[in-house]
Order: sequence, then structure tokens, then C-alpha cells
Amino acid sequence: MAYSDKVVDHYSNPRNVGSLPKEDPNVGTGLVGAPECGDVMKLQMRINPETQVIEEAKFKTFGCGSAIASSSLATEWVKGKTVEEALAIKNTDIVRELSLPPVKIHCSVLAEDAIKAAIGDWKKKAGVETPTPAGSAHE
Amino acid sequence: MAIKLPIYMDNHATTPVDPRVVDTMLPYFNEKFGNSASRNHSFGWTAEEAVENARAQVARLINATPKEIVFTSGATESDNLAIKGVAEMYREKGNHIITQVTEHKAVLDACKRLEKYGYEVTYLPVGKDGRVDLDELRGTITPKTILITIMYANNEIGTIQPVAEIGKIAKEKGVFFHTDAVQACGKIPVDVQRDNIDLLSISAHKMYGPKGVGALYVRRRNPRVQLASIIDGGGHERGMRSGTLNVPGIVGFGKAAELCQQEMPEESKRMLALRERLKENIFSKLDEVYINGSMIHRLPNNMNISFAFVEGESLLMGINDVAVSSGSACTSATLEPSYVLKALGVGEDLAHTSIRFGLGRFNTEEEVDYVSNRVIEVVNRLRELSPLYEMAKEGVDLSKMSWKA
Repeated sequence: MAYSDKVVDHYSNPRNVGSLPKEDPNVGTGLVGAPECGDVMKLQMRINPETQVIEEAKFKTFGCGSAIASSSLATEWVKGKTVEEALAIKNTDIVRELSLPPVKIHCSVLAEDAIKAAIGDWKKKAGVETPTPAGSAHE
Repeated sequence: MAIKLPIYMDNHATTPVDPRVVDTMLPYFNEKFGNSASRNHSFGWTAEEAVENARAQVARLINATPKEIVFTSGATESDNLAIKGVAEMYREKGNHIITQVTEHKAVLDACKRLEKYGYEVTYLPVGKDGRVDLDELRGTITPKTILITIMYANNEIGTIQPVAEIGKIAKEKGVFFHTDAVQACGKIPVDVQRDNIDLLSISAHKMYGPKGVGALYVRRRNPRVQLASIIDGGGHERGMRSGTLNVPGIVGFGKAAELCQQEMPEESKRMLALRERLKENIFSKLDEVYINGSMIHRLPNNMNISFAFVEGESLLMGINDVAVSSGSACTSATLEPSYVLKALGVGEDLAHTSIRFGLGRFNTEEEVDYVSNRVIEVVNRLRELSPLYEMAKEGVDLSKMSWKA
């Protein structure tokens, strides 16, 4: 299977690899996927409680090149966005940007799930009450 | 010596054609192009002579007689002919077939097809080492059993089945024994007499011959095996396989068989040394690596390793100047982990991290060192990226986590 140049680029030079202290009240951690399925993504964000802006994002991913690229791209995209803006990122945006083939769409779904899980974790910790956008629409 | 990239180390999928084989084949394309079935001119006679010479060369490799060799388009056809041919011919004797779970799809799917037509198939499990249990096999045979089909050596993990013992049991019980010996022929000594094998599938392109040609050994004496054909027509190959013979392919197959037989004693030692070197290189530099399949009953050219916490496809992407395989080539279009590894009881998490290395005649020590270094480098890099490796290092028991898949 041939990978798109963008997938190869993210795989070869992944952005924002690493971990943030998960006990930090301003850090939200999302861990999605399962080893048996061949994909696990950990996405972490440091969120400014005043502005709700994502100031830092880090990831680690176990999975194929497309899974690594999807999560690397997700960290790039969420950085500098507000929580609400980040929640608006759809898996289909990732599919388009990385030109993922149909068999790799689940990687983009996982990346969207990871963003939502990380923000959800932060909200729980920070006691933030914001309405979650209705239903996550995977396409 | 400078290394030429990319390096091919996927010799269970296919092998390059040996230059000596190519040279032998060439005249049969345009100079000696006759149809071996043409009985009334010299073009036909020349082709027939070449086919018969090749038939003898292939027969010698497995200690058979030339008349017991039926040329086919490859081992998939040979497997189908053996299984479906016996099933149809001996339907009145019984409808039970015994096979095992790590067979190639050509065997498994042929058996599944027969189930649709009322045959009963037993799929024996394998142990952690990938081998069937002989007592279990013996206990599964019924008066209705007509065929045992168990591979000689596995294409993913290189595990060699207890073929001689299976042959003995089959003979004692009066059941035919077919073995898919695609990975074994030309790599280790195969002897249909010693092992009481009644039917045996071989492929040329796994032993430095051309693609599109194979053979089925069909025992003629003690006992004689009869087959219903699956391809009908001009009655070639004593009625068992109609169709004009692939003369250049068959000539190449014969030469490849002869070379394998001549070079096996030296070559198998060399493969084993390369394999041990690969293993040593990797195991001395990486933790959490696991060998899949038996280390005792194993093809000398096979290594299958799980690199925990690193997904196989991403590892392959990182070593893109090296051709190895995750899972088998026939199933690599799917995202499912290998059914062979699952059958050994390898967890799905580790099955996703496995790489198959298939060494071959043209691999060198330098290539083995290059490949191991690349693997080590990429595994380390991907582990830095792996949340699972991080968690394992923190002491988290991954098997006890509840994953939201």
C-alpha cells in the first residue's frame, strides 16, 4: 500500500511527541483504542483555564503509519485552538488532509475520539461545565 | 562490498529465479518452443524430452519416481487437486477429512468448499510450538476418514510438522496423507518414501524457480492413489491435469529442483548461520522481543519475531529499504492479525507486532547486519512513540487495562 506524502512526512517527523504530567489539573489526557485492535493513541493537552485555549499538545501512538500521522496532525491542529474549536475537528477533515484510503479511516476516527477524550478528561478535572456539541458525527 | 538496496528478505513469499535456472529456460521460449503433446514432429519430441527430464529432476528431490509427478500451475492448484480429487474419487469410502488450523488458505479454503458439499472436516488445533498433537490426530480418525492434509512446514513461522509420524499413523489407519510441502521442498530433505507421504504439493517459485508452475506428487504404489481431475480437457498428465504444459516453466522448475538438491547440505547450514546471526543481533539490542513458533522444529531460513509495543505495519514502513513481511503476503491486504499466530495462542496485541524474516540463497551476512540494524533503530524510535511501551515501563499491566476500542 502506498502512503501519501503527508502521512510519510508525519510518520518520519512526528510533531509533538511526548507526554505531559497527567496529574496536572490543566492537562487533559485521552487514551483511546486497544492493543488487540492494533491501534492505541494517547493525546494530551495543556489547557489554559482562563481562556480555554489549548497551549500545548503531545501524543504517543501505537499503530500503523496512518494512525501515527492522524494523531501527529491532531496535535498540530488543536494547538492554539480553544476547546470548543478543537471539538469541532471532524475525522473527515483528517482523512482529507492526509488523503487516507478507506481502510485507514478508522485511524482518523480514533484521532477525533482522542481529542474528545482528552478534552473530556480536562473538563472533568477542571469542573468545567460546557455543553458538548451534539453527537460526534463520524463519517 | 557495498550493499544494494532494497534488500529482499521475504523468501517465503517468493524467491528470485536463480540465474542458472533462467539460462536453462531461455531456449524453450523461442527456439525449442514445441508443445510437449505434439507427437508427430521433432519440436514436440524436444519439448517432451525436456519435460520428462524435469519430471525426473523434481522426482529425485523428494525421492519419488517420475511417473508420480503431475505438473500444475502452482501449489494452490496442487493443494486443490489433491484435496478435491481425493474427496471426489473416494466419496463412497467416506466423507471425512482431517487438517489443521495453520494450513495455507489453499488447503483451508479447499476444505471449506468441500464442507458445503457435505464433507466433514476436522481442523486440529496446534500447540504453542505450532505442531499438531499426534494422539489427538489418531483419536480424530474414523472409518469415514479418507484424507489427512497437514503441511510440511509453515509459511509464517517455519514450524515443521511431525510429518514422518503423521505418515506412519495414516498408513496404519489406511488413510491417505497429503502434505503441502511448498516451504520445505528444496530447504530440508523431503522423502516421500521415508515419511509415507501419498500426495505432496510443491511450487517452483519458492525454490528459485519461476512462478506459475508447481507439481503434485501422487503415489502410484503401496498404496496407489487415484484422483478425480478438477481441470478437464486433453487428458494431459495421465488425465489428472489437462492443459498444455508450461514447458519453459517446467524446465526451470526441474533445474531449480536439481540445484536445491545439490546445494541443500551447504545451503541449509548457511541459512541457519544467517538466521542465528539475525536473532543474535536483534536479541542483544532489544528487550521485549519474542520468537513465534518452535525453535527446534523450524526451517533454517525462517525467523518470526514479535516486537512488543510496536505495530508491525508501522515497523515495515520504517524499514522501507528492506522487504520483509508482517503476517503472510496472502493476507497482508487485511488488517486482521495473522490467524497462524492466533492459533499458537499469541495474544492479538503481540500478533500485531510480528515480522516474518525469510532468508534465501542470495542473502549475505552484510545484509543480515544491515537489516537487523535498521529494525533495531526503527523499533527503538517507534517505542519512543508508543504509549504502550511507556505504560509498560511505568509498570502498568496492559492486560488488566480496560480499553475503549
